[in-house]
Amino acid sequence: MASTYEKIAINTLGSNASSVTFSSISGSYTDLVLVCNVIGVGANTDENCSIQVNGDTGSNYSMTRLRGNGTAASSDRDSSATSAIAGIITVKTTDDGTRSNVIVNFQNYSNATTYKTWLSRSSSALYNVQAMANLWRSTSAITSIKFQINSNNFGTGSTFTLYGIKAA
Amino acid sequence: MSLILGILDSGAAAAAANSYESISTVTVGSGGIVSVTFSSIPATYTHLQIRGSVQASTTNQQYNNVRLELNSDTTNANYNVHRLYGNGSSAVANTEQFPLIGYMQDKTSSANTYSGFVIDVLDYANTNKYKTLRSLFGGDVNMAGGILGLQSELWMNTAAITTIKLIATNGTSPLFTQYSQWALYGIKGA
Repeated sequence: MASTYEKIAINTLGSNASSVTFSSISGSYTDLVLVCNVIGVGANTDENCSIQVNGDTGSNYSMTRLRGNGTAASSDRDSSATSAIAGIITVKTTDDGTRSNVIVNFQNYSNATTYKTWLSRSSSALYNVQAMANLWRSTSAITSIKFQINSNNFGTGSTFTLYGIKAA
Repeated sequence: MSLILGILDSGAAAAAANSYESISTVTVGSGGIVSVTFSSIPATYTHLQIRGSVQASTTNQQYNNVRLELNSDTTNANYNVHRLYGNGSSAVANTEQFPLIGYMQDKTSSANTYSGFVIDVLDYANTNKYKTLRSLFGGDVNMAGGILGLQSELWMNTAAITTIKLIATNGTSPLFTQYSQWALYGIKGA
């Protein structure tokens, strides 16, 4: 049987950046998986990362979230948002080696019939773990993905890898 | 500063790419289908992964159970699940003695909204231990009714798994709707 889990692109930051965009994504896969291993640099805090697809900055995103902060589990939602929250990462004033992980599964991303759902999980090294179901209310195939931090920057050395999975 | 990375459709393989293979995929046609069965699963992999994009045909439930039976074992008492999920307002943990692997959205809020599933079937061919599955599932509808969950499913049987059946169920016989998709993958160890 053919190999079906392929690395499409990887970006390792050579300098701080507020976002990374994967563009011209082929429609030849069934699912996409985005794996991010990142440090936020700016203030000592935790901060949301979010996703926009196909350059859509309209209020077409929503999210249902489950999270735990070491003390309690909770759930919330975000509706008619201009981006989809994909997780929370740790932000430091300087890079001390701390990394957070965000993994996003884009289901059936290239069909032109259904709204697009993706599932993400984040592990903020110092603050919490989260899992989210995101919705983009468009039937368009996803051809670009912008992964961004809200107010600080991703630090040098952060990695962003996009994989494609082909079903038989 | 933002970075834009253009993608060359090179198909360059990841380091572990050769260990992940597509076994079978079912895409539901018009009219829907009540269940999907993957049978004659070879024992040549270390783990299995099932990826789904699915919707239930009901219009009054918001979300429905997905039942996952192994090797045609329909006895509820042979399974046990633990679930942690969020519904947008609270986090809930529960356990059941049923082979339920998660919830999927129905057509209540939007005909275009499908739920996602990523299900791992670990060490499925081993004949010395009970089998444990885990799933990440969820869907959002831009309003109350979204759900996100993490779940385990235990099958108290040491037999190698050769058949996996996914069933749309909530007691009123819903269907997986058109465009729903289940895909089975095999992951090889070193």
